[in-house]
Amino acid sequence: MNVLEVTGLTKSFGGLFANSNIDMSFEKNSITAVIGPNGAGKTTFFNMITGVYKPTSGEIVLNGKSLVGLKPDAVAKQGIARTFQNIRLFNQIPVLENVLVGMHTHLHANWLSVLLNLPQVKREEKAAQREAYRLLEYVGLADLLNENAGNLSYGAQRRLEIARAIATKPSVLLLDEPAAGMNPKETKELTKLIHTLRHELDITVILIEHDMKLVMEISDQIFVLDHGEKIAEGKPYEIRNNPKVIEAYLGKGAVALA
Amino acid sequence: MKKFITILLTNRTAQLVLFLVYVVVTTASLYLAEKSVVAFLLLLLSILILYFLKIKTPLKWVIGLLILGVLLPVSASQGPSYQSYMEVATLVGIYVAMALGLNIVVGLAGLLDLGFVAFFAVGAYTYGIFATGQAANFMPFGTYPLSGESFWVFLLIGCFVAALFGILLGIPVLRVKGDYLAIVTLGFGEIIRIVFNNMDKPVNITNGSMGLASIAPPRIFGIDLMFPNQFYYVVLVMVILVIYAVRTLEHSKIGRSWKAVRENEIAAQAMGVPLVKTKLTAFAIGASFSGMMGVVFAAKQTFVDPTSFTLLESTTILVMVVLGGMGSLPGVILGAAVVTILNLQVLTEISNWMNQLNINGVLSIPDALSPVKMQRFIFGALLIVFALYRSKGLIPAKNRKYDPEQLKQTKGKNSKFLFLSKEKLKAYEGRENL
Repeated sequence: MNVLEVTGLTKSFGGLFANSNIDMSFEKNSITAVIGPNGAGKTTFFNMITGVYKPTSGEIVLNGKSLVGLKPDAVAKQGIARTFQNIRLFNQIPVLENVLVGMHTHLHANWLSVLLNLPQVKREEKAAQREAYRLLEYVGLADLLNENAGNLSYGAQRRLEIARAIATKPSVLLLDEPAAGMNPKETKELTKLIHTLRHELDITVILIEHDMKLVMEISDQIFVLDHGEKIAEGKPYEIRNNPKVIEAYLGKGAVALA
Repeated sequence: MKKFITILLTNRTAQLVLFLVYVVVTTASLYLAEKSVVAFLLLLLSILILYFLKIKTPLKWVIGLLILGVLLPVSASQGPSYQSYMEVATLVGIYVAMALGLNIVVGLAGLLDLGFVAFFAVGAYTYGIFATGQAANFMPFGTYPLSGESFWVFLLIGCFVAALFGILLGIPVLRVKGDYLAIVTLGFGEIIRIVFNNMDKPVNITNGSMGLASIAPPRIFGIDLMFPNQFYYVVLVMVILVIYAVRTLEHSKIGRSWKAVRENEIAAQAMGVPLVKTKLTAFAIGASFSGMMGVVFAAKQTFVDPTSFTLLESTTILVMVVLGGMGSLPGVILGAAVVTILNLQVLTEISNWMNQLNINGVLSIPDALSPVKMQRFIFGALLIVFALYRSKGLIPAKNRKYDPEQLKQTKGKNSKFLFLSKEKLKAYEGRENL
């Protein structure tokens, strides 16, 4: 069953087509990698799905509902969460509160009920804090709950971004270069985390990544973008030997050599 | 000596005893001394010391309220300058509440607002128009001025009208960010003042630059509140309410989303926080505090005119927030108190003293150099010093600490937020951490 389906997705900035006519479908509980050289339009693709950019044309359907034209916060409410290529945490607030912000759409308090200090608000807040803490345990950051997010190490910040995204209870999780800047050990831990996420949380994972080892190891399916167009799709071993992909990544000479 | 200091820093009882001695001494000197500005300020300082004592928070509140509610007014009441002290204390309260309102907008939500005084003006005029005969010019029904009893209702009305203005301003303005937002709000602040200045034609609503005079004083249980010592209590109660509101909001879903928007708009939005709504809430709630204090201000002065709501006022309130510590509740309170007292009392005192010297022929200092006239210079210098050496303010904002033990306790009881389904939870509980 496909959770997310993208058809004919196009984005042009003036005359430049960052994405043109992209069709992709994502099966439930799968891990999909979107790869391609720098400037291929991968992040633009993510930004369209999450509502940051409005597509020039095309359709994005999540569980039967169209997401085109929704603002990012409405998209998040529909069940798409993301992390960012350049980490975007709430640096000056504690780790635990970062995760609590992720639960925003599931909390029902409003300004009046908060000011009146209603018992249900207190209950809800307590439960949310407990669950946020458990989520931190889950990604292995529980010891750092009171630390400001900006003080965490790079790898920990990446994990926290994932924890915060999971807190929104998404059906689709978009990871934009989650392993960028990580050392091999951290990358390995991350691979494991993504695997467990998919198994235990019923999440469909889509990731942009340049670390080919990670991509090949983890993905059920790979899409390759180049110059805004989808040039290949398939299982990892199919992609590895696809001449078009090699050409896009390494240039024409490399294909001849291979 | 060293030993004495360590005892003082660690031992609660020692701290408490010494503090009480301090309070008794300052209270007594305020009670006995003829000219007692120093004693008055020292007694106010006790509130700050109280904040830093290592005793339980509820006890701090009780002691603090005792000092502000009983000791301060009673001991000051003996001297000749009783009303002027209470006037200062009342104004401190008004500015504290306003600064706390601005702190929500600037400190928590990170939206630089340079026209905050506009909401104060809206509140003041709301009461001013209806508590004078002015409303009769355009209202088709009712008899005006309204009686002083309506003041209590107007506290709420002032809140709502200011919040409404906050939202009306916010909807177009919040599309712009950062510096642009600052400029637009600055414009708004000036526009409101000028509009009030010109709304005497064709229908006379605000009485223009003449202002509204003899506004009905608030009345409660048949007593008209006319004197600063009476307003002092009104303001005290309102400040406590405002502090309560800010505290509860800050540590709720709403406060968190404000901070999230401040820290990173894009990430906040991606987590499902609606930007415009969150910013509007901050604007509206911040404005409502200001509007409420505007009503009190109008009633206290019994006179409002547009000159009370200049850009300088907005800047002063912003200085209070920045000086005290953006986003820090105790910091902003301290900032507001320091700036107001500096303005109203310290600089005036020094000027008087220098005049005295002049008259006695000890020193001759030209009038242009008197501290009262150098108010802006002094604030400017203060701000520069703070920006350089203490950029987070007098009392920097602190984050709440969560107790992991408490969060662990009732594990798994509430299923509403579970990110793991129940069946899979079991597998997780048994597993080593990742």
